[in-house]
Order: sequence, then structure tokens, then C-alpha cells
Amino acid sequence: MYYRSFLIKYAEIAIKGKNRYLFEDALIKQIRGALTDVEGDFSVRKEQGRIYVDAQGAYDFDDTVDALRHVFGIAGICPLVQFTDNGFMELKKDVCAYIDSVYPDRHFTFKVNARRARKDYPMESMEINAALGEALLEAFPGLRVDVHHPDVMLCVEIREQINVYSEVIKGPGGMPVGTNGKAMLLLSGGIDSPVAGYMIAKRGVSIDAVYFHAPPYTSERAKQKVTDLAKIISAYTGPICLHIVNFTEIQLAIYDRCPHAQLTIIMRRYMMKIAEHFAKETGCLGLITGESIGQVASQTMQSLAATNEVCTIPVYRPLIGFDKQEIVEISEKIGAYETSILPYEDCCTIFVAKHPVTKPSLHVIHNDEKKLSDQIDRMVAEAIETAEKVYVKYC
Amino acid sequence: MQAYLDNSATTRCCERAKERMVSLLTEDYGNPSSLHGMGKTAEDYIREAGRKIAKTLKAEEKEIVFTSGGTESNNMALFGSLAANPRFGKHIVTTSIEHASVYAPICCLKEQGYEITYLDVDREGKISLSQLKDVIRADTALVSIMMVNNEIGTVEPISEAAQVIKQINPRTLFHVDAIQAYGKYRIYPKKTGIDMLSVSGHKIHAPKGVGFLYIKDKVKVKPLVYGGGQQNGMRSGTENVSGIAALGEAAEEAYENFEQKTEHMARLRKRFLHGMAEIPSVLVNGGMGADAAPHIVSVSIEGVRSEVMLHALEEKKIYVSAGSACSSNKPAVSRTLAGIGLARKYLDTTIRFSFCANTTEEEIDYAVAAMKELVPNLQKYTHH
Repeated sequence: MYYRSFLIKYAEIAIKGKNRYLFEDALIKQIRGALTDVEGDFSVRKEQGRIYVDAQGAYDFDDTVDALRHVFGIAGICPLVQFTDNGFMELKKDVCAYIDSVYPDRHFTFKVNARRARKDYPMESMEINAALGEALLEAFPGLRVDVHHPDVMLCVEIREQINVYSEVIKGPGGMPVGTNGKAMLLLSGGIDSPVAGYMIAKRGVSIDAVYFHAPPYTSERAKQKVTDLAKIISAYTGPICLHIVNFTEIQLAIYDRCPHAQLTIIMRRYMMKIAEHFAKETGCLGLITGESIGQVASQTMQSLAATNEVCTIPVYRPLIGFDKQEIVEISEKIGAYETSILPYEDCCTIFVAKHPVTKPSLHVIHNDEKKLSDQIDRMVAEAIETAEKVYVKYC
Repeated sequence: MQAYLDNSATTRCCERAKERMVSLLTEDYGNPSSLHGMGKTAEDYIREAGRKIAKTLKAEEKEIVFTSGGTESNNMALFGSLAANPRFGKHIVTTSIEHASVYAPICCLKEQGYEITYLDVDREGKISLSQLKDVIRADTALVSIMMVNNEIGTVEPISEAAQVIKQINPRTLFHVDAIQAYGKYRIYPKKTGIDMLSVSGHKIHAPKGVGFLYIKDKVKVKPLVYGGGQQNGMRSGTENVSGIAALGEAAEEAYENFEQKTEHMARLRKRFLHGMAEIPSVLVNGGMGADAAPHIVSVSIEGVRSEVMLHALEEKKIYVSAGSACSSNKPAVSRTLAGIGLARKYLDTTIRFSFCANTTEEEIDYAVAAMKELVPNLQKYTHH
């Protein structure tokens, strides 16, 4: 038997009230978007508070499931077979045929879980469970019933059509992207920031990104790596507009004029300022960073406060309480890790002080920044002006 | 202004090679194994290329096996000759500064049970003939020495080495990686006592994906690739006819006006070295004299990481190579630079300029001027 359809189970949307349709419509839009590059034609429909994906003609099952597993808002993907209601005798045959083709190894425990959405169906759910169970036991002597921990939970839904499914492939959860506004991700080439973008997008937020490069201190390949990372997370977040900002002049000015212990903090403050500019320009409601308390000198509570000071919109730091290993695990799960650890970006390590300040004082920083005052506005304006915008889409 | 000074990485395909290649892709595109006329035409082109190359080496056409390039030639020479002569012994001699396409196969052979002796090199990258004399044994099956080092341009004393080897053990096979040397030196393997010689096409203005291995007549080498028995069974698979024919053209052209071209390159090198000498804290690796390869200059710049220097030059459209891949994640120290005893602080600050016969004095002057401007600027931002 060949699955033609998928039942999409969604998580939190189900508990929404009058806005529910907004979330469902957004999910349908995201599913359609995710399936555009998959071989085959699909129709995505909403019916009685559920979403179905139907394949029209030939399609690639594995690619379809993979694409759906990247859509936030989906809790489970159930490959589904639909039967027309031709009476219970036919249903028994259909269910046996289903088991026959989906489970070639007929030695497992099972439970039938029938739901009767159409109340004019002549049998009640419990009756259907018992009768179908009996039919299966008769047809396959190797099967046993286990109502507590079955190997196979056979779900039978009596609707206009009869839905039969027994496998639930876990989706990414969260909420459909586009239901919660947009935010600007500060994307470096490292492990953390792509994960941070993923986490916020998971809550339904669209993502744009900004990357700071410092040619010739960082290479074209480092830029390519960041573009690749944006592409990887765009499989989840949908298309991303990546702003690539040339930061060399600002970085050199800071290096020349400010005490080296403060380099990173001052640098990050200007990065935040520039990111906020692009955020406001593109209607983003916040910034996203991959910071985690205490991970490095620039991420102590004092340093975070110092960088945060320049921002007027909220800064979201979804990894704030995560250990590195926890971040790595998510990075691996979303397929960004391999790319994140490519070695290109570290040429900018020459701008890192040997002993960076870990408890920066705002007073000192404000004073140091005055040393840049004659030039910095022009340099920032120029960095914004010359930024390159790349539209990144997963395919 | 633009200056492509990365000719040891690859070269621009010459017009003659390109035209020959295109015509063979679209007009005389037959398979040399086909029995009809188009097949014969294709075969003729291969034979013509073989003859042209053989002529440059004073060798015979049948001594040339076409490969996919330098790496395959080196692999074929090392694995193939040892597999064909298992009784010669289990000892291999090579240098500590070989290219990866020799070094890695030899590491593999070590795992297979061969004993490896790595010859040391001096500060200029030269091997010592007396050490070579000391290490050759009755069971030395193979010696593999590169003629021109790809990173610093050292020229090894190949003919003297051949004499030393053959004097002690006439049976020992001598392989020479001539990938950076062919086209820059006249090499006559038979007269010199070289048994196998590797050459890559794209280093001499032929396209990428083609090269050859010279195998001296009567030297036994087992193929690496089996199949339809093309090239006398030495390398099965339909021949890369267009690439091979283009390589023939490029090889012939490389040895036309040869003295004029190599003198030109040597002059460029001298001019460039002269410029480098005027920049404080720039260190030239390898030999400074006329016995070094005319087309390669390796320099280390204190305090400026090679990647930074490379990208800074790139902004001025000057294209060079980093001497040694640098990264904190994967410290890959160049065996050549470590081999010549370069101080630690210079290891990741080395870049390579490499020229060809078409490089101009203007390009050299432009590169020198750029270095003069960039080096002091970049040194300001040294990692403290």
C-alpha cells in the first residue's frame, strides 16, 4: 500500500481561541512553501480543524516527510490512507490490507484506536475497536493485543472518509513562522547564532539576519559559510534577507583608538547599533543573539548589560541559560554544526585582546567611545550604506 | 591593474591548447577505441600528443601514460611500481618536504608494511647527497624525490641523486615528482637515470584534469585502474582525448623559446626579490640564488597571518597562495616550512608568489608596491 496523504498534527495551535484560523492558515502557507521544491504536486487542505497534505500523482515520500519536519507548528506527521465508507465489512478488509502492506513482519502487539467523528456511523468507537481487533487477530496469527504499550497504535477515524494511520513522525513543534512578527538575527559564523535563530523562529517569528565581515581579515569563504548557515536555518525559518556589513573600518578605528581590553565590548555595541538600524528599517520587532551567560568575556552579565545599553528594541537571547554542549546538540539536530565548525572565520581573532575586560564599566566605555566621536557617525553611516543584501532561501 | 601570481597553483590555459581542446570536443569527438575513422582520428591525436611530449623528454612515445593529473601520476608511480616489483624490498626513501600527493600515498604504503626513510633538508630545502648515500640499502625498492618544491621553489639535485642511488643499488627505482619542474627545466629522464617522472597539465598552461607519468621502458608498473585496457592496459577508461591533445600542445609550446622564457622568469624573480629586500621584516624562504626555481618565491612576514595578507593582496587583485593553511581549529603546519626549520612564529605567516612566462614586469612592480604599502599597515594589527 502506498501512502497518498499525510495528516498533520499540530501542537499549540490547537489551544488557540478565536485566532486559531490565523495560525492554521499560516501553517498551511508554510507547508505549501516547504513543499514547493519537493518532487510531486501536493494539495494542502484544512478540514474540520485538521490539515491534510494530499499527493497528486507520483511524489517522493522521504523528501516530503523531510520537508514537513522542517515546518514549525507541526507536532506530528502521520502517513495516511483514506478509504471510502462502503460498510463495515469492507472496512475490515481495508484495515487488514493496510496492515498487510505496511508491516511485512507480522509479529507485533497492537491496539486499535477508533474515533467516530461522524456520529451517524452505525457502530460506536468501542465496538469498532473490538471488531477490528478481532478481524486483525484472525487474519494475522502473529499479532497480539496490548492496550497499554502496543508496538503499533492503529488509528481509525470515521469521518466523511475513513482515515487509517499507525505511524506518527515527530515534527519540530513550535508555531508557524509568520504568526509572531519578525526579528533581526546577528549571525556570526559560529555555533550559537544559527541555533538562536532557529529557537526564535520556532516560536513563529520570521527572521532576517545581519553579518559583519572585515575584509581582508575575514575571507570570502567565511562570508560564504555564513550564507550557507543562513540557508540551513532558512529550511526552518523560510527565506532570510541577509545583510552583510563591511565592518573593517570601524574595527580598525576601535583598535587604533580604544584600550584593547575593551575592544570586543565596544565592537559589539556598534554591531548592535547597526543591526538595530536594519531591524527598524525592515520592520523587525527585536534583535536575536546567540549569547549565553558567561560563555566568553563579552557574555558576562556586566558585558551583556554593556552591549544591551545601546539597543532601544528588545534583544532576544534564547540560549541565555544553555550550556555549550546543549547548544551543540541542537546545532547538530538542525544540521548546522558541520558548517559552523568550518575553520574560516578565525582571522578576526587578531582583533581579540589577550585579556579582555570581563566586568566592563559603562562609565569607562562611554569615555573610550568618545575617542571615536569625530569619525564614528560617518563610519557607521557608511557601513549601513554599503551593506550588501543577500536573499537566502533553502532549496 | 591585476596580477595573477599563483601560477604554481594553476595556470591560464594557452590558446593553442584551448583551440585544440575545443575542436576535439565538438568536431573530432570520436572515441579512440572505435574502429571507424572518427575513432582513428581521435587515436591519432593521442599519439601525436604522446610524440610531442616524448620529444621534450627525449623519450619514446610508449613511455608516456596519460593520467588525470599530477596526483594520479604520483599515485601510479608509487603504488604501481611497488606492486609490480614486490621482490625489490620493503624500503622506501623520500624527502620530508614532498607534496601531499606523494606524502599521503607513502603514508598508506607505510601502513601496508613498508619502511620509510625521510631525508632531511637544509635551510634552503635541499637534501643531502651524503645522507641519501647512507640510507640506500639492498632492500630499497623505491626513492621518490621532487625536483622543484612547490612551496619554496628549491631545486633538488636530481641527477646527482640518481647517480648515488643507482651506484649503490641499480635495482632501486627512482621516481621524480616534476610537477613544478616540467616546462621550467629541460629534463631527460633516461640520460639522468630517472625511472618514473610525474607531470601535471594545468601547471604548464594545459587544462585541468590531465597529466602524464613517464615510465622508462622495461620498468614494470602495475595499473591502478582496470577495465577496457586502454593505453596498453596501463590506464583503462576512455582517454581524455581533448585534454591529452591540449596537453601535447601546451608541452610543445612550453619548450619553444625555452631559454628566453626561463630567463624572463628568473629576471622577474630577481626583480621581485630585490623589492622584498626593501621591506623590513620580510623573510624570503628557500634559496635566494640562481639555482632556485625561477617561478616560485616564498616569503614570511612577521606578525601578519598569511590569510590576512592573501586577502589584503586580493583586494588589490593580486592573487597568491597561503604558504600554509592556518586555522585554530585545524593546525596544519606545512611540512616543507617545518622541514626547512622555519621559526614557529613564521609558520602561519608565509605566502607564495609564483610566476609564469606571461607574467610581466609591471605585475611584479605592482605586487612589490602593494607589499610595501600593505606590510607596515597590517603589522600594526598584530595579535599581541
